[in-house]
Amino acid sequence: MPDPVPERTPVLALEGVSKSFGAVRALRDVSLALYAGEAHALAGENGAGKSTLIKTLAGVHRPDAGTVLLDGVPVVMHGPADARDAGVAVIYQEPTLFPDLSVAENIFVGRQPRRSLGRVDHRAVATAAAALFQRLGVDLDPGRPARGLSIADQQLVEIAKALSFQARVLIMDEPTAALTGSEVARLFGVVRALRAGGTAVLFISHRLEEVFALCQQVTTLRDGALIASEPVAGLTEDDLVRRMVGRDLDELYPKAHSDVGEVALGVRRLTREGVFTDVSFDVRHGEIVGLAGLVGAGRSEVARAVFGVDRWDAGEVRVDGRPLRPGAPSLAMSAGLALVPEDRRAQGLVMGMSVARNINLTGLGGTSRAGLMNRAAERSRAADWAVRLQVKYARLADAVGTLSGGNQQKVVLAKWLATGPRVLIVDEPTRGIDVGTKAEVHRLLSRLAADGVAVLMISSDLPEILGMADRVLVMHEGRLVAEIPRAEATEESVMAAATGRTRSAA
Amino acid sequence: MTMTAKPAPAPAPSGAAPGGGLLDRVLKVRELAIAVVLVLMLLATQLDNSAFLSEQGIKDLLLNATILVLVGVGQATVVITRNVDLSVGSTLGVTAFAAGEFLRGGGNPLLAVLIAVALGAGFGVVNGLLVSLGQVPALVVTLGTLYIIRGLDSIWFGSRQITAADLPAGFVSFGRDGLGALPYLAVLTAVVLAAAAYYLRNYRSGRDMYALGSSPEAARLAGVPVRRRILAAYVLCGALAGLAGALYLARFGNVDSGTGSGYELTVVSAVVVGGVAFTGGSGSLYGAALGALLLTSINSVLPSIGVSSVWVQAIDGTLLLLAIAVDRVVALRVAAVLRKRAAQTRSAHHD
Repeated sequence: MPDPVPERTPVLALEGVSKSFGAVRALRDVSLALYAGEAHALAGENGAGKSTLIKTLAGVHRPDAGTVLLDGVPVVMHGPADARDAGVAVIYQEPTLFPDLSVAENIFVGRQPRRSLGRVDHRAVATAAAALFQRLGVDLDPGRPARGLSIADQQLVEIAKALSFQARVLIMDEPTAALTGSEVARLFGVVRALRAGGTAVLFISHRLEEVFALCQQVTTLRDGALIASEPVAGLTEDDLVRRMVGRDLDELYPKAHSDVGEVALGVRRLTREGVFTDVSFDVRHGEIVGLAGLVGAGRSEVARAVFGVDRWDAGEVRVDGRPLRPGAPSLAMSAGLALVPEDRRAQGLVMGMSVARNINLTGLGGTSRAGLMNRAAERSRAADWAVRLQVKYARLADAVGTLSGGNQQKVVLAKWLATGPRVLIVDEPTRGIDVGTKAEVHRLLSRLAADGVAVLMISSDLPEILGMADRVLVMHEGRLVAEIPRAEATEESVMAAATGRTRSAA
Repeated sequence: MTMTAKPAPAPAPSGAAPGGGLLDRVLKVRELAIAVVLVLMLLATQLDNSAFLSEQGIKDLLLNATILVLVGVGQATVVITRNVDLSVGSTLGVTAFAAGEFLRGGGNPLLAVLIAVALGAGFGVVNGLLVSLGQVPALVVTLGTLYIIRGLDSIWFGSRQITAADLPAGFVSFGRDGLGALPYLAVLTAVVLAAAAYYLRNYRSGRDMYALGSSPEAARLAGVPVRRRILAAYVLCGALAGLAGALYLARFGNVDSGTGSGYELTVVSAVVVGGVAFTGGSGSLYGAALGALLLTSINSVLPSIGVSSVWVQAIDGTLLLLAIAVDRVVALRVAAVLRKRAAQTRSAHHD
């Protein structure tokens, strides 16, 4: 590893660390060094061991072999509190907030400013939280409870939390997945300032352009093993992808031609008060329609209403010409609708249940006889779909929670594809999953469209929208503001509509 | 709604609360609602029966509530950490008897109370260790200790009884007298309540209890010493059940091995009626105390308006369901408000 100052001691380092969970070897002899004032990227597909590595640095996991070095001295961290005391701040991929506590308290749990007699200084807590939000340029009321915050806002609270203690090491696991462009820019500004101030940064993102924008050094993991640790300068995105997947990607956006048929999903003037207004669009058989917009524009809410999870106040939804009843997901399902939700942990899966059971949740009618579940039918249905989607699992009976993010997402997809949907709504189908799985998901969506399924794809990933969609619908502040055909859809035209700069009404 | 428009007020009005704002207003409203129900009920009864709120009447209401409030404060602390302690009834029984035995042998009354508290705290340690180390649901663990402690009670005391005649006169009168309408026991209870509530609100370890009840996993990641906090909540709960045992002895003077049987369920209902969510992380000790006061007051109200006491349990149960229904409705309303507010922020941001 070429190092400008050879004698520098890393602030935090791993040396020859291995960690296994049961039969799964999550990390194998991995070393990593984080230096003060340097942003270090951690690259790798999902399941490569990135999360385990972070949790080892954060004191959540203790390595089976190898050592954690703090300022060059081996340390044993007994828990997250030890890491915190050592100055390690972690922003986890899934926000870990306390829904009942105020946003300000969430930031300062266990570290509240105190006044005389060790009492918590509530006013200082609120002021400090407000100051942090100001520094991040965020409009959030520190006094409101964390319950009901959007994922983006939750992520911002996590970031504020990490900033709140003058961390020597800042670890960020996919902090930008839910953020808008301007929020990402602001976050990067803050991170650069911290780095300039001597903080060591470990950064994980599936958006490779962010890795190149922010980091000087990159370490790549594959299947728990260290592939390379090298300076970012001189690398290309292709180089990085090749290291991560161990092969060249044929194509990330394999859009196949398909014949567009009749209208499958018709939405007319759909309104849910305070959430979205007057939304009308069609999705035809064989078509992939992208639904773009900033986080909070109301895209997921429209999907939830169409599927019947939330009620709508006015408007109409038709599937193959037949109107749907509001607020009735089971009727929507029998009409041929499927919704792969945005938050797979909370909405898509029962984490403690087996892979087989999760896949079968949508088909209990088909695999049971006289009200009793037929295990054999269940197993074969699950095995069938798990194989078709190439889900990597040890046994079908394993809890879904033990799978990596990408594989979890495949299980959610399997669960819904097993219903044989005529209309498939996917909400952020590839968020937080690795490049390899992403390409597989795209191929799958493309194949489904070719088979005549109408696909509505909500995504914050612009290249994905542009690469996969036949038409792009754009929402802005609860309204559908643009419909752009594939040929005219560019990053500029979609972003202009999404930020409300143009109003070429749909 | 920008941050600059809403700085934390420097000379803020009384009782700056954690975080302030919406969260706290909702909690306050929840407690206020119970208080309003309570006051309306008492006033209505007074109109019907003018002797009801006499000096003695008020004193009885307060005396009746003290023991339930004390145990409720401990229970609420445990429930806030997303656990439960079903052994409080047994603890109350055995500590009351232990204090009584000590006094019958000529012991010092103050020491007797301390013994009861220490014994209760000891049971709290057992419960707390089993729950925090065993990673077993608290419901099951404390159901086990409920029977074990009750069993010890029976083995130890058998069919013996303690009556007021066995106790020093000063101890008994402490349990019955007071400053005018204000019984000594109520004063003691109020002090304990205020101290515990102040602790939960203003100390890091108290805030930790709310945090870990709200999300145990997040608490672990945030470095909250989860086990120690759960243990502390159980010790507090046990100690208060012990104190309640000693006061029970002072108030009623009459204890046998069945004392406190089934009391745990009354306590749990008081806590839930008082707005402490069974899912942890929310509610306040004052709410729990008001819930206890409401439940015990119903017991006094019904006879004085001529309703048979056979109705009491059914009414308590209805109240419990009503409280949960109200909580649910309030939660939905708050969600709607937050949603609307978010929409406003969004459009304001756009301007």
